[in-house]
Amino acid sequence: MIAEAGAFALILALALSIAQVLLSVAGRVRRSAPLAGAGEGAALAAFLAVAAAFAALMHAFVVSDFSVENVAANSHSAKPLLYRVAGTWGSHEGSMLLWCLALTGFGAAVAGLGRDLPRGLRAMTVATQGLLGTVFLAYTVFASNPLARLLTPPAEGRSLNPLLQDPALAVHPPFLYAGYVGMSVVFSLAVAALVEGRIDAAWSRWVRPWTLAAWSMLTVGITLGAFWAYYELGWGGWWFWDPVENASFMPWLIATALLHSAVVTEKRGALAGWTVFLALAAFTFSMLGAFLVRSGVLTSVHAFAVDPTRGVLLLIILAVTAGLGFSLFAWRAPTLGQGGMFAPVSRESALVLNNILLAAATATVLLGTLYPLIREAMSGEAISVGPPYFNLTFTPLMAALLILLPAGPLLAWKRGDAKGVVQRLWIAALAAAATGLLALAVVNPKKAFGVLGVALGGWLIAGALAEIVERTRAFRAPAAESWRRLTGLPRGAWGMTLAHLGLGVFVLGAVFETTWKVEAAEALPVGGSLDVGAYHVTLEAVRPVTGPNYDADRGAITVTRNGRPVCEAAPERRLYTVGGQTTSEVGLCYRGMSHIYVVLGERRDGGTYLVRAYWNPWASLIFLGPAIMAVGGLISLSDRRLRLGVGRRKARAA
Amino acid sequence: MRLRLILAALAGMACVAAASDPAERLPDPAQEAQAREIFRDVRCLVCQNESIDDSEAELARDLRQIVREQVKAGKSETQIKAFLTDRYGEFVLLTPRFSAGNLALWGVPFLVVAAGVALLFVRLRKRTLDAELTPLEAERLRRLDERETPRHDPAK
Repeated sequence: MIAEAGAFALILALALSIAQVLLSVAGRVRRSAPLAGAGEGAALAAFLAVAAAFAALMHAFVVSDFSVENVAANSHSAKPLLYRVAGTWGSHEGSMLLWCLALTGFGAAVAGLGRDLPRGLRAMTVATQGLLGTVFLAYTVFASNPLARLLTPPAEGRSLNPLLQDPALAVHPPFLYAGYVGMSVVFSLAVAALVEGRIDAAWSRWVRPWTLAAWSMLTVGITLGAFWAYYELGWGGWWFWDPVENASFMPWLIATALLHSAVVTEKRGALAGWTVFLALAAFTFSMLGAFLVRSGVLTSVHAFAVDPTRGVLLLIILAVTAGLGFSLFAWRAPTLGQGGMFAPVSRESALVLNNILLAAATATVLLGTLYPLIREAMSGEAISVGPPYFNLTFTPLMAALLILLPAGPLLAWKRGDAKGVVQRLWIAALAAAATGLLALAVVNPKKAFGVLGVALGGWLIAGALAEIVERTRAFRAPAAESWRRLTGLPRGAWGMTLAHLGLGVFVLGAVFETTWKVEAAEALPVGGSLDVGAYHVTLEAVRPVTGPNYDADRGAITVTRNGRPVCEAAPERRLYTVGGQTTSEVGLCYRGMSHIYVVLGERRDGGTYLVRAYWNPWASLIFLGPAIMAVGGLISLSDRRLRLGVGRRKARAA
Repeated sequence: MRLRLILAALAGMACVAAASDPAERLPDPAQEAQAREIFRDVRCLVCQNESIDDSEAELARDLRQIVREQVKAGKSETQIKAFLTDRYGEFVLLTPRFSAGNLALWGVPFLVVAAGVALLFVRLRKRTLDAELTPLEAERLRRLDERETPRHDPAK
């Protein structure tokens, strides 16, 4: 009964979304506040209806109602509660429902929070959001109904892929989807602005918080995914340039570019057309990501909820919505005007360079992801584009961007002073050089690229700090004055500094880990040991354990250094009884920012076990850096100036 | 094709950095390091986007053995990769070749940067010209002209 009510709610949501479009457009055309208001009401109601459908599906998963086809295919009654809940979005149908939930949720948020937007812009934004909702809800209702019943329900479900039964991955999709779909608001705002033919500071002020919110979610989502890959796939890597990873990375890169260009549009009225273009591109890349991940056109290590036939439908949705958005752009953008002028050395130029490099990086990732398909379609030849390609193209582009980064925030708008920036950054440059030299002196083996990378990380961190020093006039003005300035800094400034600092932390960790990780593997008898880096890893025992839905061999590992105990780890090799899959559960030892990473392999003849151990120096920084960036985004979001409408109200009062 | 998918599904299950298995290792550490370097660039053909360095699949094991044997026999990296592409096509290498067919792949990233920087320059130049034509600038130019004109005036 609950499933039927959910299915009904889903159809209701579709009808409400259609009503949302029609009412909002009518409200705009007739300039009628009640009609536009009704459109906003429909947006809110559509969200509640999708939430009801989502709750119904979650209920079916929690109580293991195997008469629902989706539950039978993706759940099992022996699964722990967390993974039964997470199973709601573990399948194609469920994840599309989550997508719709986020889409209508953001639509309701725009309708509810948009009081300060100009009326026409608000109505068109709600209408566009409704149109996106209609398209995706129609897809869900007609092609991917998550609540369809089975005539003959099985006694037991087929369970969720065990690799997905993991706490980080259970919460990874909601973050990722909030990020992906958050870009839909920006898309709708862009379409509305193009229809209205007006891009001004108020519009950019509106775009920034939504982009910031979506960007922060996406940052968290991608990081969780990387962390999951790191400890769950059991090969010590965290980024593989895999199509599915690239699919989530492209919207992130575009959103990052958009965050920076929107600042220029808001503060200087320049780059309006480009900012709108990026706003359209961000959600287009989100949809492309959904298509690539869900259709299985590309082979990937993370392809889980794949369905090629429905992939075509998603491709059509992508082509139609993005096509309409960009056609509108081509038609209306020339009217937007170019805005303020600026000198070659200025904050504007720096931000334009940022955008050029980020756009090129996105193009690289896009091309690297799709080129095998293009080549195969054109000449029938199959080629592979793997990590080496990205290392040779993406990495230098990013390196150029990161070298320029600390100068940007120190440049003045319109006309900057290159000499002044050099004067303010020389201490940061010294700090970077010192970090690099320290790495060269201390770390063995000597590796030039590693040393340069570490110096780059130091440069970013010192550069971010130099910006704070500059803003507070620390060491130049009296301490009290600096303190007053420090406490008076807007949260947006803190957010930016944290984001740039987090990037530096990430670079340090990523470079250090990839350059200096140590690997060791031996077939060990119980009591045997191996050396990895400075650590001595001993396999003390292997015991069988029984989990809720798996049987496992659990190794008892002790790690010592110079004879002194450091920590204990318990890696497992699990056999999931339902699907017959084996997975390995990594044993991780945290030593400061570094990890000792132990994997228990198969049992060999003679009672030995294949044990692999890695020393991953500074690996925590890889995940800590993006976490700092996301926190920076959220702090920025809480800035009064960005809180919706505040700036305008203040301006009116002044 | 169907078989490939099934194999892929099986191979994708337990992925561990398989190449470090001591049972497969070459006795000479330098040669072993060279072999590992090559593994990272060779695709496990039946897996879902994994290198043979990572994959536990049967085929990856066979490929590793082939590469290790050739390294041991003193073949160079180029020779080994040529051998692999002759057998399995360009698909087997994770680094796309620098060939005419891949021109767009290798060129576009840097083309985008070049195009972007060129556009920025055009815009900066146009802006400066515009700036010179503002009324204030025009007035200054006119005054300069006036001051200069008498000097060149032949009337004395």
